[in-house]
Amino acid sequence: MQTFDLAARGLRELNQTLHAVKGTTNQTAWEIINTKGSHAIAVGVDAPLDITVHGTTGYYCAGMNKQATIRIKGHAGPGVAENMMSGAVIVDGNASQYAGATGRGGLLVIKGNASSRCGVSMKGIDIVVHGNIGHMSAFMAQSGSLVVLGDAGDALGDSLYEARLFVRGKVKSLGSDCIEKEMRPEHLELLEDLLRRGEATGKARPEEFRRYGSARQLYNFNIDNASAY
Amino acid sequence: MSDFPHTPPRYSATFTPAINAEIRRAAASGIYDIRGAGTKRHLPHFDDLLFLGASISRYPLEGYREKCATDVWLGTRHAKKPIHLDIPVTIAGMSFGALSGPAKEALGRGASAAGTSTTTGDGGMTEEERGHSKTLVYQYLPSRYGMNPDDLRRADAIEIVVGQGAKPGGGGMLLGQKISDRVAMMRNLPKGIDQRSACRHPDWTGPDDLEIKIMEIREITDWEKPIYVKVGGARPYYDTALAVKAGADVVVLDGMQGGTAATQDVFIEHVGMPILACIPQAVKALQDLGMHRKVQLIVSGGIRTGADVAKALALGADAVAIGTAALIALGDNDPALEAEYQKLGTTADAYDDWHEGKDPAGITTQDPELYKRFDPVLGGRRLKNYLKVMTLEAQTIARACGKNHLHNLEPEDLVALNVEAAAMAGVPIAGTNWIPGRGGY
Repeated sequence: MQTFDLAARGLRELNQTLHAVKGTTNQTAWEIINTKGSHAIAVGVDAPLDITVHGTTGYYCAGMNKQATIRIKGHAGPGVAENMMSGAVIVDGNASQYAGATGRGGLLVIKGNASSRCGVSMKGIDIVVHGNIGHMSAFMAQSGSLVVLGDAGDALGDSLYEARLFVRGKVKSLGSDCIEKEMRPEHLELLEDLLRRGEATGKARPEEFRRYGSARQLYNFNIDNASAY
Repeated sequence: MSDFPHTPPRYSATFTPAINAEIRRAAASGIYDIRGAGTKRHLPHFDDLLFLGASISRYPLEGYREKCATDVWLGTRHAKKPIHLDIPVTIAGMSFGALSGPAKEALGRGASAAGTSTTTGDGGMTEEERGHSKTLVYQYLPSRYGMNPDDLRRADAIEIVVGQGAKPGGGGMLLGQKISDRVAMMRNLPKGIDQRSACRHPDWTGPDDLEIKIMEIREITDWEKPIYVKVGGARPYYDTALAVKAGADVVVLDGMQGGTAATQDVFIEHVGMPILACIPQAVKALQDLGMHRKVQLIVSGGIRTGADVAKALALGADAVAIGTAALIALGDNDPALEAEYQKLGTTADAYDDWHEGKDPAGITTQDPELYKRFDPVLGGRRLKNYLKVMTLEAQTIARACGKNHLHNLEPEDLVALNVEAAAMAGVPIAGTNWIPGRGGY
């Protein structure tokens, strides 16, 4: 286990050190201490590392992550795991707004609640939130899955494309072009896998969720839909 | 019937035939007009400025003999690897999607041969342009289509796009007819649907967030790449100051003459400011912060000739960017294709339905039958020629003003032909000492 004291050595050295680690190394286990809410912790990592961040993080922790598994033992600030490509990011606490924004792959797990715009413009990432999510979540979400064990705020899935949304609790309101859809066996199977990978097995059963997706009415501009915008 | 002559028909200056035609089009279709390119209205522009040239109090440099340098460094503030260009004319961001793959290749070929950079657009980085661009600027846009850390690292600079001159405050829409399999794949969306490009970034709002976003991108790229911030010509003084405060290496400022792939005509024609009005305000912001020439300023929107380049630089810009002019150099709107433009209900030099994907020149299309007409090698050569001519023209003017580098041109070399241009550019009306708004009658 490599221990990196962020307060002592600074952010630039941290990220450059992680970028320098190649996939063939045996030194795959890292822990980062004294984070003190710093922004951009462990961004742009591109190796199969196992990184544990002790403490609360600021903006964009694990941004653009590839391959690494990054576990945050605290709360995460805005844009955690933004544009993630692959790997996994697990937040033991709550996450602020834009969690998983534009993520293209990998898995983001939030054990607490996520704020507004969770999964905004997501492009293939899978997100599992054990608590609730805030308003405008999955706005313009293109692909991937968002699983919420708690409730969702206003305007869920506004202007949604092909992302799949699963919510167990209440949805305060659906956004434009987002509708409830039939839960078919393949969705239950997908959910079971997501719950397992999202460390939520035993906390919820797939049958307890409802599925939401795009009505696909806004895919091509039509003047008669102008009131939806 | 009276024998007196009738009053001849008189068109209204308010309800012109063009306005009336638009009213009829709107009434028939129920949708606003969408088109490409930039504003077509008459605006105060570089044509309203003149250089004074040398006189008894200024020595000119000898043409063809004495050196007038044209190079520019971009990104010297923070980047470990700033960019050095041979000429101060860059190629503006234009997306793969809006443009064909061969057109992007031609832009890379022409820019590289002329010693300058080209820029990706909303749709990600293609192999055509990375492979053929010696210096490639990678745009970081609200949509994040195609965004990934590998392309960030193989870019030479990164341009965070806040806005563009054709539509400050607006997003974009790539209509379904241009969404080929390849474009759809790069944007992670189904084929054939309208792809909206958001007007706001999904994970930051405001200048304080922007500062953190810039820091994140610097951390991902190990502080190697220059980071540009591009804004439309809306509030250039404050936008420039805030971009500098947020940590930008370069500010890119796009006036309302700047083109777009597709936007509402009402937006193109009625939102934003001409580039002439923008440059002095941006330069003042840089000067007030003590950052002029430390944070470089690239300006765009209606740059057509070496004279425009020289005037933009004289007003304080470090470089310019061209988009529409580059497409015309490649062959867009060529009168040789007039018969085909007529079939589309338009005419050469007025064709602007770039969003429809039917470009007979094969540039603004994803239709293989059309884009295979376009020869990227020839297109690249034409662009190189054009860039070289612009540079020679700018050097000619600079030598006449006694400058051994284009960056030594200054507002004092300029006069204006009318009150509007004088007020916007902050230079006196020709033959007077009067700069409107600054006293000095």
